Amino acid sequence: MDGFILQILNGLDKGSAYALIALGLTLIFGTLGVVNFAHGALFMIGAFCAVTLNRLLTLSYVTEDPSRTDFLGNPAKVETPYVVDWFGESVGLAMIDWVVPLAILFSIPIMVAVGLIMERGLIKHFYKRPHADQILVTFGLAIVLQEIIKYYYGANPIPTPAPEAFVGTFDFGAMLGFEPFTILYPYWRLVYFVFAVILIGAVFAFLQFTTFGMVVRAGMADRETVGLLGINIDRRFTLMFALAAVVAGLAGVMYTPIISPNYHMGMDFLVLSFVVVVVGGMGSLPGAVAAGFLLGILESFASMPVAISIIPGINQIIIYLVAIVILLTRPRGLMGRKGVMEE
Amino acid sequence: MTDQTQNPPAMTTGAQSTVQASRGGMLGLTANDFRLFLIVLVITFLAPFILNPFPEGSALAQFNAGYPDLMQRFVIFGIFAIGFNILFGLTGYLSFGHAAFLGVGSYGAIWMMKLLTLNVIPAIIMAIIVAGIFALMVGYVSLRRSGIYFSILTLAFAQMSYALAYSVLTPITGGETGLQIKNTDRPLLSNIQDGEIGRANLFGLEMRSSFELELGAWLFTFNAGYYIAAVVMLLAFYMSIRLFRSPFGMMLRAVKSNQQRMNYTGLNSKPYTLAAFVISGMYAGLAGGLMVAMDTQVGPERMFWTASGEVVLMAILGGAGTLIGPVLGAGFIKYMENIISKINSTILHEWFFWLPDGLENFVVALIYPFIGKGWHLTLGIMFMAVVIFLPGGLVEGGQRIAGWIKNRRGSGDGPDKDPEHHPKQAPHVGE
Repeated sequence: MDGFILQILNGLDKGSAYALIALGLTLIFGTLGVVNFAHGALFMIGAFCAVTLNRLLTLSYVTEDPSRTDFLGNPAKVETPYVVDWFGESVGLAMIDWVVPLAILFSIPIMVAVGLIMERGLIKHFYKRPHADQILVTFGLAIVLQEIIKYYYGANPIPTPAPEAFVGTFDFGAMLGFEPFTILYPYWRLVYFVFAVILIGAVFAFLQFTTFGMVVRAGMADRETVGLLGINIDRRFTLMFALAAVVAGLAGVMYTPIISPNYHMGMDFLVLSFVVVVVGGMGSLPGAVAAGFLLGILESFASMPVAISIIPGINQIIIYLVAIVILLTRPRGLMGRKGVMEE
Repeated sequence: MTDQTQNPPAMTTGAQSTVQASRGGMLGLTANDFRLFLIVLVITFLAPFILNPFPEGSALAQFNAGYPDLMQRFVIFGIFAIGFNILFGLTGYLSFGHAAFLGVGSYGAIWMMKLLTLNVIPAIIMAIIVAGIFALMVGYVSLRRSGIYFSILTLAFAQMSYALAYSVLTPITGGETGLQIKNTDRPLLSNIQDGEIGRANLFGLEMRSSFELELGAWLFTFNAGYYIAAVVMLLAFYMSIRLFRSPFGMMLRAVKSNQQRMNYTGLNSKPYTLAAFVISGMYAGLAGGLMVAMDTQVGPERMFWTASGEVVLMAILGGAGTLIGPVLGAGFIKYMENIISKINSTILHEWFFWLPDGLENFVVALIYPFIGKGWHLTLGIMFMAVVIFLPGGLVEGGQRIAGWIKNRRGSGDGPDKDPEHHPKQAPHVGE
């Protein structure tokens, strides 16, 4: 039983990332009808927002401390980040420590800008083109974005630590009344899961309970009629693209302590997120979220030693295997709607 | 060279093109197709000359591409792209997992060489068979869906093969290190001494053996492996022309233009698409087998989805659905990859030495991200530009230029009535 819970927990963080990316993909697909292969790149750009903020905050000047000497007898050099000077010792160091949560604020305007530029500058021109063209041009864009990141940040992963308070693990099993030290879970993964749930909840609430969201939902159902009612639906859909970019970006920002950002992390997640979207059902938001968590947890179960001993390599292929089975048995995915991508 | 490929009469009826085959051209090709084939044949055979236009040691020698390794890649990726084009160009099914067939074919070929004989022919045949069987299995499942679902399914299968080759199947695939021919391998039919590393050959003619011809300052290399691969490529190209012009090719085009209507007329499209998929997979296997024949090694990264993406780029860049397009695209990408990644900042400074110093540094800094390791950035931008402005690829670009020249001459009946030249879009893809 404890092993069971542990695997579910382990699947949650990856599942959260899948769910967030798949949610954004579905938002874009549902509103604009575009299959966005560059969505993984948005995830990666979000992660690199955290890296950039980390570098900005740790920008420092060097002073010599005459009271201490290094091993050669020269005065020791002390690096002082500018933020420590500006905001004082305690606040400055806390800012550096809490760089990842701070990066959420930092990344939102950037992701909105990136999303708007992408939609207005490129994707707008592809609404009337075949889906294959949309796939290809966003695929090209994804290559370009990831190469630009590679040029400026190098090919190596850049570690970006979580705040001190969330480093380490806690004993989840003891809280539930199991033997101590049976279910150990890293704090940050729990933070990520909670964050993902809140973000997903916020997106759904936004769509469900605001006038803007209502119009968007109406537009998803029947774009033409909404347009005929005198509503500028295109502008709202553009904003939905920006929202999807923000969701992917935030997923990336918060993921940095779990995987050190590298330039191809976007593509690694994108391939799986597409599988998630298809399994969940193209165009279904709840489907995307459910399938994201489901596949994340399944992947984690498949990497149990028991599973591997029964079917070797199952952990590597489980997601694809599930996708194949689901696509063949339930062609529209778990919660797919009729008439999406099949006219 | 380009305008025959979209020959409207030959596209509209299969019967007409078979009738045409009897007049004009040879080898069962129409006059236009035969001319295209001849041009490709001549270029392929003279490639060591054509690709080496600059004397050795001159400043421009870095633009030479006439060395065996690169020329082999031209023709092998040409085959791969031709095969991909049979599926994507004709039926409109966008496969994102084609590299899997190339990889599986490679593994088949190298085992043949390790176990049976170092002669390349059985290895290549084995590669085609293995890839064909694998394509049959994948295609049978994937083709039950179309559009984006088909793309995802093929991608899923390819990623599965990659993951398995990387991990569980290590006894067969060599895992991360891949497979090479080692000095411990004892192929049954080949005479290998103890400790000797066998080399791929064709009835004793080693793939790597070359004949070098020095003419003045020029050095031309004629490589056995290249010519064998080139002959295979020409055969593959010939077969693809025949396939494009056959009634079977017409059926595949019908699938692309409107599969539903085709089904309503009582035709079952599945056998046609499946056959196209398997043929396409066999082409990929052939390319994989040839790769092994040339450098006798294989690793799982050959199956990674980026490799699948590359062949998509080749076909689109050259012009999907045209005969010569994929070959052009493959050659173009491999050439640019090779040349651009060799340029470094020193070379750039040499080029722009005539500019004032400040401006020189500025220009070099401007270009620097796009060269050397930045090659993929250039490729991505080029690819986006092609998809945005030239959906028909290089072939369409050539046609536009040709049409423009004709218009300038004022040849009465203006061949390009539609100045924007939007090609008819494929409604099927992404349904």
